[in-house]
Amino acid sequence: MSDVLPQPLPPTPGQTVGPFFGFALPYERGNELVEAGTPGAVRLHGTVRDGAGDPVPDAMLEIWQADPAGGVPARSGSLLRDGTFTGWGRAETDREGGYWFRTLTPGATEAGRAPFFHVTLFARGLQTRLFTRAYLPEGAGPATDPLLASLDARDRATLVTVREPDGSLRWDVRLQGEGETVFLTYDEGAGAGRDGVGA
Amino acid sequence: MTVQDTGPATAPDAAAETQAQLSAEIEAGHAAYAAGLERGEPQEHGPRKNWPPYRSSLLRHPTKDLRHADPETIELYSPVFGERDIGPLEADLTVQRGGEPIGERIVVRGRVVDGEGRPVRRQLVEVWQANAAGRYVHKRDQHPAPIDPNFTGIGRMLTDDDGWYRFQTIKPGPYPWKNHFNAWRPAHIHFSLFGREITQRIVTQMYFPGDPLFALDPIYQSIQDPRARERLVATYDHDVSEHEWATGYRWDIVLTGAHRTWTEPEDGDE
Repeated sequence: MSDVLPQPLPPTPGQTVGPFFGFALPYERGNELVEAGTPGAVRLHGTVRDGAGDPVPDAMLEIWQADPAGGVPARSGSLLRDGTFTGWGRAETDREGGYWFRTLTPGATEAGRAPFFHVTLFARGLQTRLFTRAYLPEGAGPATDPLLASLDARDRATLVTVREPDGSLRWDVRLQGEGETVFLTYDEGAGAGRDGVGA
Repeated sequence: MTVQDTGPATAPDAAAETQAQLSAEIEAGHAAYAAGLERGEPQEHGPRKNWPPYRSSLLRHPTKDLRHADPETIELYSPVFGERDIGPLEADLTVQRGGEPIGERIVVRGRVVDGEGRPVRRQLVEVWQANAAGRYVHKRDQHPAPIDPNFTGIGRMLTDDDGWYRFQTIKPGPYPWKNHFNAWRPAHIHFSLFGREITQRIVTQMYFPGDPLFALDPIYQSIQDPRARERLVATYDHDVSEHEWATGYRWDIVLTGAHRTWTEPEDGDE
């Protein structure tokens, strides 16, 4: 087909993932970007909570990340999980709102920027997906990264993972209320970031 | 297959409110949006995060405006999926269980493009839906309608080199939910879409033309702008229908992501 489409095109709106995605989207080892015992493997984990502080048992998180050298993975196999590191994973929350990924530590993709996991969050009750970032706690990055530097200390803390004594990275999500996670828009248009605009 | 059984999808006492109450809230919200447009406030392209008629959102929507970030390198790419990630029959939801599912066989076809009209090539499309009776396979679906042993309602496919997707399924039925008393969702198919960049990622719902439940549905009506709502409705397409086999629907998808915010022409400019 060679349809010539008029430009620019209006976006297709998002809608909630609803309550019943659990039989369709999660898949076996979706949250395991690397196999157990892989050198350099790290566990990224946390809890998703709502405005009352209660766990959200029907949320889903996806991560998309660089490899440890800062390269952008361009290999298929995320749904197959045959040992290829694809940089992408999907985890649903459990009954206590908890999630975990086994992955590699991302490297910085640009000089002077702090490495992070890009996170897309879905849940029943969320009208559309939310984007955010989970940064590594170490290095000079948190002080120099343009996004982190633009936030006050309380907001910044919501985007930075915590190194646990066992070496894992803990990153909790608060959808609403005290310690509400900072969610992102990449849209540069007028009113971007306002409710419903550019969503 | 993953299932959860963590209780009812919404609080059981939520069903005390009437459709008339919900419809009044929806109408008031839309009137306020229209008045805002008159005052020069920006047009909305997506759903409201804060939209009380969808009761499950009350404690889950973020209260702060989204923070602007410039996309960094990793965010200018999407994960790569290939033929090896999906099975050859996953785009046919009517053949997954060995027998013919009950219902109206349909074909859904459309094109996935970015805001500049460029095709989203070789990218993953995931769909899930209720069966013809309005029942999901999911354990938490308590609707007393029959489960179809020949229908799971899950499909996956890749777009082709020009951005086209196509799948065969059974037309889903409307179903009740517990948002309020006698609440019914319009028939829909859930779509999960990746664009050329991760910032274009969306999950959404495709609806069928002329559904009488549109006006009553807090989820569909969470999108304040009527032109934006219409973009979620497929069209009947006789060229997609197949002789003595299936009726056809066309639904095109635009994933704009970071690069451009599309703006409707001002009234009078058209």
